[in-house]
Amino acid sequence: MLKKALRQASFAVALPFALMLGATGHAYAGGTLRIGMTAADIPLTTGQTDQGGEGQRIMGYTVYDSLVEWDLTSADKPSGLVPGLATEWKVDETDKTKWVFKLRNDVTFHDGAKFTAADVVWNLDKLLKSDSEQFDQRQAAQGKSRIPAVASYKAIDDYSVEVTTKVPDATLPYQLSWILMSSRANWEAKGKSWDEVAKSPSGTGPWKLTAFVPRERAEMVPNTAYWDKARVPKLDKMVLIPLPEPNARSAALMSGQVDWIEAPAPDTIPAITGAGYKIVSNAYPHNWTWHLSRLPGSPWNDIRVRKAANLAIDREGMKELLGGLMIPAKGFFPPSSQWFGKPTFDVKYDLDAAKALMQEAGYGPDKHMKVKALISPSGSGQMLPLPMNEYIQQSLAEIWIDVDFVVVEWNQMINLWRAGATDPGVQGAMSINFTYFIQDPFTGLIRHMASELKAPNGTNWGHYSDPEMDKLFAEIKNTFDPEKQDEVMRRTHEKFVNDALFLLVTHDVAPRAISPKVKGYVQAQNWFQNFSSITME
Amino acid sequence: MLVYFLRRLLYVCPVALGVSIICFMLVHIAPGDPLTSVMAVDATAQEQAAMRAAYGLDKPLPTQYAIWLGKAVQGDLGKSIASGRPVADEVGRAVKNSLMLAFAASLLAFPIGTSLGFLAGYFRDSWVDRLVMSIAIAGVSLPNYWLGIVLVIIFSVTLGWLPAMGAGAGDWAWDLTHLSHLVLPAVTLAVVPIGIVARTMRALVGEIYSMDFVQALYAKGLEPLDVLRHVIRNVAPTGLSVMGIQLGYLLGGSILIETVFNWPGTGFLLSSAIFQRDLPLLQGTILVLALFFVVLNLAVDVAQAAIDPRIKRS
Repeated sequence: MLKKALRQASFAVALPFALMLGATGHAYAGGTLRIGMTAADIPLTTGQTDQGGEGQRIMGYTVYDSLVEWDLTSADKPSGLVPGLATEWKVDETDKTKWVFKLRNDVTFHDGAKFTAADVVWNLDKLLKSDSEQFDQRQAAQGKSRIPAVASYKAIDDYSVEVTTKVPDATLPYQLSWILMSSRANWEAKGKSWDEVAKSPSGTGPWKLTAFVPRERAEMVPNTAYWDKARVPKLDKMVLIPLPEPNARSAALMSGQVDWIEAPAPDTIPAITGAGYKIVSNAYPHNWTWHLSRLPGSPWNDIRVRKAANLAIDREGMKELLGGLMIPAKGFFPPSSQWFGKPTFDVKYDLDAAKALMQEAGYGPDKHMKVKALISPSGSGQMLPLPMNEYIQQSLAEIWIDVDFVVVEWNQMINLWRAGATDPGVQGAMSINFTYFIQDPFTGLIRHMASELKAPNGTNWGHYSDPEMDKLFAEIKNTFDPEKQDEVMRRTHEKFVNDALFLLVTHDVAPRAISPKVKGYVQAQNWFQNFSSITME
Repeated sequence: MLVYFLRRLLYVCPVALGVSIICFMLVHIAPGDPLTSVMAVDATAQEQAAMRAAYGLDKPLPTQYAIWLGKAVQGDLGKSIASGRPVADEVGRAVKNSLMLAFAASLLAFPIGTSLGFLAGYFRDSWVDRLVMSIAIAGVSLPNYWLGIVLVIIFSVTLGWLPAMGAGAGDWAWDLTHLSHLVLPAVTLAVVPIGIVARTMRALVGEIYSMDFVQALYAKGLEPLDVLRHVIRNVAPTGLSVMGIQLGYLLGGSILIETVFNWPGTGFLLSSAIFQRDLPLLQGTILVLALFFVVLNLAVDVAQAAIDPRIKRS
């Protein structure tokens, strides 16, 4: 009824404009997919992307390849590593710091140059060797911290590279999956200027960048000579449009200006689905937690308190708050993760058990526990931080935990996360609500809890230290058989959960809103996605 | 007139210097690290320090300001930390888009606002006056970002007549496709200045018509249209000043409007720069906009003096 009235009212007002301007036209060619991104700018195009996971997803693994990549073909199982530009890799049996990567011999860059081992060395120098001609501060800022294990590297022959690590480190393949290979020939042809390369980059990936207007638009076409024939894109073209404002993204989708938007705002989802668009989502390695301070004097040092807090959250209620777009946490990893294991502490809602634990720890109606919690009003991956944190505040109040929020802006939050719980900037907060990318052993487990990585030397924000945990991390790094390494990962995760090291709340499901014309998309359980299988009806 | 112009031009120099100091210092007061946007989130302390040195952010603020100002006077506003592109290019592209939007909104707002204001002033205290003032108050009071969203829902989402966002693919061209992108943001942006100009004009016209000299003109037997010509001459300087200020605001680009419509102008650029703590981009954009304001004020002052010689003498 309202829609009809709006139509009639607006018809009279808009008719002159419409006659003057004519129809703007909704559809482009059937084979063009237009994506509304959450980023405010086109991610860095020269190789190592910026703009976090979205940059790597949309500009990284499209235009470029890495030696080791993620299997993005299935929506039903967690992604694992698969060969990329390297067909195989193995560590030296006698010296576990030496790895040899065998490269494909049938790969060419978009500019026609052949990909060889010299290109791998050249690209690593681009990130790690500040006196090299091709060193690029912008790419180094994104790539260097991804490969902390790498000590040196050299080409053995045209299609073999040896990488030496500082100490034995079995997580090297995961680290190298971040490193994308740019074309040396293209860089030389562009006068050895990365600014010029940015306008017309060349990688080995399944998509070629053909047009690029900063902050407005980037266009890609298929690389028909791509080495993996199964991943040659089926679309004619893919267009990327930065649309940082969630309502503008939704309006662009529903007015037909884009066919796909990343992260629709939860309150726009009923309107989007009501207009015939689809919401797709899946589990992926992301979590939304409170990272707890373990400094002396922190009440979170008591395992009974940590477990009580975890038992006091009604996660199903929060799911309703988020329109169903979350997976209630049962651990640090999502329950579908290959590294979940079988923790004995069941993360669930049990208020009576939570109260009993709090009373055992000395708290009760007459003695409340008072804590400060660091939160942000918004931020990448933070979902809806204010209502979610208020929900937790109310839940914890039921077990006599009084939470006082310290609210800081997202960029400042990142700085305080890097600075750690001892920094005066946290204003005495004993937890930080920071969402995590948890896709590999280092980002998933090690960086949060390793004693050697206490902030600001690393991102062990809460200064947690446990020799048993450090031993598990060492075991992960020294287990070179992937299946056995997975088993150590599971044991480590079980300890994360059994010791209730975090306030475990939820996992995001990476919602995307897409036009019904988009066909063939498989949403992998991964931060990165494969766009090659998509067609437009 | 030339002396007046040169004197006014001289005043601009200290104002511009003051503006440059304020806009440089203000952006440093906000919390947050400008390098956050260009570093991986778990970059080590050493990597952060290296980046800080590479961007010159480890130097004392006065030194940073002197270096920045030295380059700025030569037209080099530095490079954006977030994108690595020259700030002058980024700002230039955005100013072009905002100018287009501002002039389109002005073309709507100033004639409509002026006409409504004259009508209300001429028919003061009549139903015409009350109707016009209701429109003007609504224009000033409506949150324009809300109006923008409503217009998008009606004309883009429901009717599908006009695009919801952006300035159109490729470089700007004077074709129907690109013009269609201009309609909704320009209409939304015009609503507030319509109200402000109408209210100002109504007050001015009412006041001038109540003056003795207007009665004298009627008494001399002038036709109403001839009297109106005299009224316009008296209203023009203040009206021009108000419109000049409004044009400045429009060019500054409403951050909210440009965000709602994803219009790639200065407001959108400022919004991105603020969220990314992109100091060079923020400083460059604010400086260019502030200088535009200064130049616009100069132009309005000179135009006022040209219309009303009393201003020049004072």
